[in-house]
Amino acid sequence: MSELALPKIDNSILNRKSEIVKNLSKLTDKENVLSEADELRPYETDALSVYTQTPLAVVLPENTDEVSEILKYCYNENIKVVPRGAGTGLSGGALPLQDAILLGLGKFNKILEIDYKNKCVVTQPGVTNLGITHAVQHKGFYYAPDPSSQLACSIGGNVAENSGGVHSLKYGTTTNNILGVQMVMMDGTICRFGGKSFDQEGYDLMGLICGSEGLLGVVTEVTVKILKTPDVVRAALIGFPSIKEGGDAASEIISSGIVPAGMEIMDKALIEATDNFSKAGYPRDAELLLIVELDGTESEVNELIRKVEAICKKNNCSSLKLSNSEKERLSFWAGRKAAFPACGAMAPDYYCMDGSIPRGKLAEALLEIKKLSEKYELPVANCFHAGDGNLHPLIMFDGNDKEQLRKTEEFGSEILKTCVRLGGVITGEHGVGIEKRELMCEMFNDNDIQQQLSIKKSLDEKNLLNPGKVYPILRKCAEEGRVHVHKNKDKFPDLPRF
Amino acid sequence: MSTKIKINSQIFQDSNNVYYPKDEVEVSDLIRELYKQDTPTEIIGNNSKSFIGNKTQSANTTSLSKISGIIDYRPEELYIKVKACTPINEIEKVLSENSQELAFEPIDFGYIKDGKSNKGTIAGYLSCNYAGSRRFKVGSVRDHVLGFKGVNGKGDIIKSGGTVVKNVTGYDLSKLIAGSFGTLVALTEITLKVLPKKDSSKTVIIYPNNYEQIYDLFNKLSSSSSEISGAVFIPEQSNNKEFSAKRNNVFKFNDLKSKVSFVAFRVEGDKISIEEKINNLKKELELNNSDISTLDVYQSEPFWKKINNLEVFEKTEHNLIRMVIPPANGSKLSKYLENNHNYFIDWCGSLFWIEVNSKKEEKIKDLKKMANDFGGYLTVIKTSSEYDYGESIFTVDKVRLMISEKVKQSFDPKRILNPGKMYRGV
Repeated sequence: MSELALPKIDNSILNRKSEIVKNLSKLTDKENVLSEADELRPYETDALSVYTQTPLAVVLPENTDEVSEILKYCYNENIKVVPRGAGTGLSGGALPLQDAILLGLGKFNKILEIDYKNKCVVTQPGVTNLGITHAVQHKGFYYAPDPSSQLACSIGGNVAENSGGVHSLKYGTTTNNILGVQMVMMDGTICRFGGKSFDQEGYDLMGLICGSEGLLGVVTEVTVKILKTPDVVRAALIGFPSIKEGGDAASEIISSGIVPAGMEIMDKALIEATDNFSKAGYPRDAELLLIVELDGTESEVNELIRKVEAICKKNNCSSLKLSNSEKERLSFWAGRKAAFPACGAMAPDYYCMDGSIPRGKLAEALLEIKKLSEKYELPVANCFHAGDGNLHPLIMFDGNDKEQLRKTEEFGSEILKTCVRLGGVITGEHGVGIEKRELMCEMFNDNDIQQQLSIKKSLDEKNLLNPGKVYPILRKCAEEGRVHVHKNKDKFPDLPRF
Repeated sequence: MSTKIKINSQIFQDSNNVYYPKDEVEVSDLIRELYKQDTPTEIIGNNSKSFIGNKTQSANTTSLSKISGIIDYRPEELYIKVKACTPINEIEKVLSENSQELAFEPIDFGYIKDGKSNKGTIAGYLSCNYAGSRRFKVGSVRDHVLGFKGVNGKGDIIKSGGTVVKNVTGYDLSKLIAGSFGTLVALTEITLKVLPKKDSSKTVIIYPNNYEQIYDLFNKLSSSSSEISGAVFIPEQSNNKEFSAKRNNVFKFNDLKSKVSFVAFRVEGDKISIEEKINNLKKELELNNSDISTLDVYQSEPFWKKINNLEVFEKTEHNLIRMVIPPANGSKLSKYLENNHNYFIDWCGSLFWIEVNSKKEEKIKDLKKMANDFGGYLTVIKTSSEYDYGESIFTVDKVRLMISEKVKQSFDPKRILNPGKMYRGV
C-alpha cells in the first residue's frame, strides 16, 4: 500500500548483524537463530500481507529463560525486537523491522497443565486457540473466544490483540477469559500477573498487557478459563427484505433482553458471494441475512427461539429457518465462515476492515458504506458481528493497479472515520498495528495518546519492543483531528514519542 | 506528609478544607495546581469505602461527590454512561426500570462499616473492583467497564475505551483503573456495560456432612452446563456463640434450617428453565435422597442481598479479610479456618471472607502465607482500631511492586493522587 513510515533504521545494528547472530546463537540452540535470506522470507509479513519487510534475524527460543536472556541482550545492545505468534494478525502488528530481531514464539507449543478442578488450562503461548478446546472437549469443556482464525492463531497472539470472535457478546473477549500470564519485559525481567484465581489485587497488569499488541512485554505462558459446553446450541437463519428491517430486528433482539451466543449479519453482496462459494443454501433474494445462535438448556433455548422468531416476524423477515441438527447448524455457519475466501474468489485482492459501532447504527453504517462504495467505484461486501457492533467490510480491488490500491486505502479509512462519527471505534478486534496507526487521532486527543505513550515508556524506556506500531509516528493529535508537523519539528520535544 | 497550601482557585471548599470540584475542568485545574505545588491529595467519593486501603499520605482532600448524574443511558445498546460519583443506588434504580442491572452485583460495604446500607458511588466501586456473588459467572467490575474519563496526576484530562463492547483501540486502561484505589486518575466519567435482569431466581440449600463434600458440591456445580449464578458455604461455628447467634439471625428464612452449616446455590432465568436446571443439578449432584430445601424467589432475593451486604460481619470491630484462592485448595483452607476464625465462602469455593480477632493481628501473616501458598491473595478490607500495619494490608510481590511503581509514575509522576493508599511509594 502507500509508503509506510517506520522507526529510523539504526545502521550500526545492521553493520553488526553477524556478531549479533553469533551472540544470539549462544543464548539458544543455534538452529533456533535464522539469518539467511531464504530462512527469513516466511517471516517477512503477517496476515496484512500488503506490507513486507525482512528482519535482521529470526530467533525462535524454546523456554522463558531463553526469552529473558535474549531480551536482556537486546536491551543492553539497543537492538529492537518484534514479537510474533502465529503471524495471523490482520493489522501488521508483527511486521518485522529491518534492524530488529523477530522473536517467534512458535516453539512454545505445549499445553502445560489441564486443571479441571480449577476450570483452567495453563498453556504456552504458541498453542493455537482451537488447540485448547481440542484438549478439553472430551470432558465437555471449551475455551470461549473464537476468532475466525482460531485454527491457526496462537493464544499468545490472542492475548496481544485481545481477540474476540463470534461468541464474544455472551462470553467476552480474551481479556475476560484469561486468569493469568507470565511475561518477560524488555530488560529481561520475568513477571507473573494473575494465576488460577480471579481478579488479582492491585493494578490489573494482566488487563493492561492484554491487547497491548506486543509493545509492553513478551507473553511466555497463559492461564485460560475453560467453560462447560452448553447442553443445546441452535441457530436460526433469517432473511430480510431490507437493511433497515434486518438491522432493527437485530437491535430489538438485544433490547428485549436476549443475549444470543452469536449474532451475525451479512449483506446481499456477501450472501451471494458466500452462497456461490460454499453452497450454504442462503436466501438469495434477501437484502440482509441474520444468523442468530442461542445456547443453554433445552427449555431455555426453546424459549429464546420463540422470542427471536416473534421479533423477526414483527420486523417483516422474508424467510426463517431453524437448525434441527448439529450438522444443519454447522451448515448455517459454513457460508459465514467462508466470507473471506468467497471475496477472494471474486476479486484479485480484498481488504478487510474492522470497526465497531453502536448496534442501533447498523443500518446507517451500511448505507454510508454503500455510498462510499459508489464514490470509490470499488465493490464491498459486509459482514457484521451484530451482537456486539463489530463491522467487517471487505473491499474488493486489484492490487496490481496502483490507483485502486490508493482508493482502497482511502475508502477503508473513510469507513473507520464513519464508525467513529457514529459513536464507535476504529478497531473492534484486529488491533491497530501499523494499519490504523494514523487513525488513532480520530479517537484520541494529545493527552490520551501521551498518557498511553507514558505507560509504554515506563515499561520499555528505550522503546525497543515492537516500535512503530499502534501509535502515530511523528504526528500529534489535536481535538479536531491531526496537526501538521512542519519540517519534522515537534512542539513538545520533551514528550515521549514512539 | 505535606502541609495544606493555598490553592488559587474558585473551587468550593467546605469548613474542613475539602475541595469539591463540580466538573472535570475544575478537577483538572485543581490537580494541575496541586501538581505545580508538589502537594498530594486524598481523592474521595461519598466516603462509603474510604476505610479500605492504607491512610493516604496527604493533607488535602478532594471530594468528587459533586460530579454526579446519568449522562446517557441506552438500554438497547446495553450501556450506561454516568458521571463518576453517581450513586450506585441511582444507577440501579434507573436500570431496574428497564429490567436491566449491573450484573457484577455490587457489594454493599455500608453494613460492615456502620450497620446500614451505603453502596457509595460507581467511581468508588470501580476503584476497588470487588464484585459480588455472581462474579465467577459474569466477571468482575473490570469486565463491565467500557470506558472512562478522568484526570491524571499532572492535571491532564484523559480518556480510554468508549461505549462499544468490542474495542481494541490502544491500551485497555479501563482494566488498569479498576482496582487502582484512585492512585492513577481522579475519575470523572464512567461507561458501564449493563445486562438484562433475569426473570426469576431460586436458591437450593444443601446440608453437607464434611469439607470434602462441600468442595465436591462446588466442583460439580461449576462443572455443570446447567449454569448457576451464585454458590456459597455458610458454616455453623458453634464454638463462637456470639457469631453463631448473629449468623442464625441473619439467615432466618422459612425454608432454611437454623444452626447447621449449609451450601446454597442460585439458579436464575425464566421459570421453566429454572426448574429444568434445578432438576438437572439434583441429578448431577446426586441430591435426590439428600436433605435439601429450596428458597423461592421471595426468599432467594433477600438471601443473596444478605450475602452481598456481608451482613454476618455487620459493624465488625475486628479485622475483616477478603481472600481469593483457586477453588481446588479451598477445602484445606476451610479446615484450617474452622477452629480459628469466623468465615464464609462465596464464588463457588474461591472467595473467603474471614474475620480475624482484633487482638490477633499476627494471624494475618499466617493467612497471607497460606493465600500465597495456595496461589491466591488476600486484602485486609477492614482493620480493627488496634491494627498497627506491621503486616501490610495488600498482597504484592517485588516484581509487581516494581512495575506498579512504574505505572504509577506514568500517570502521576509526583504522586499527587492518593499516595500510599495501596503500597508505600505508589
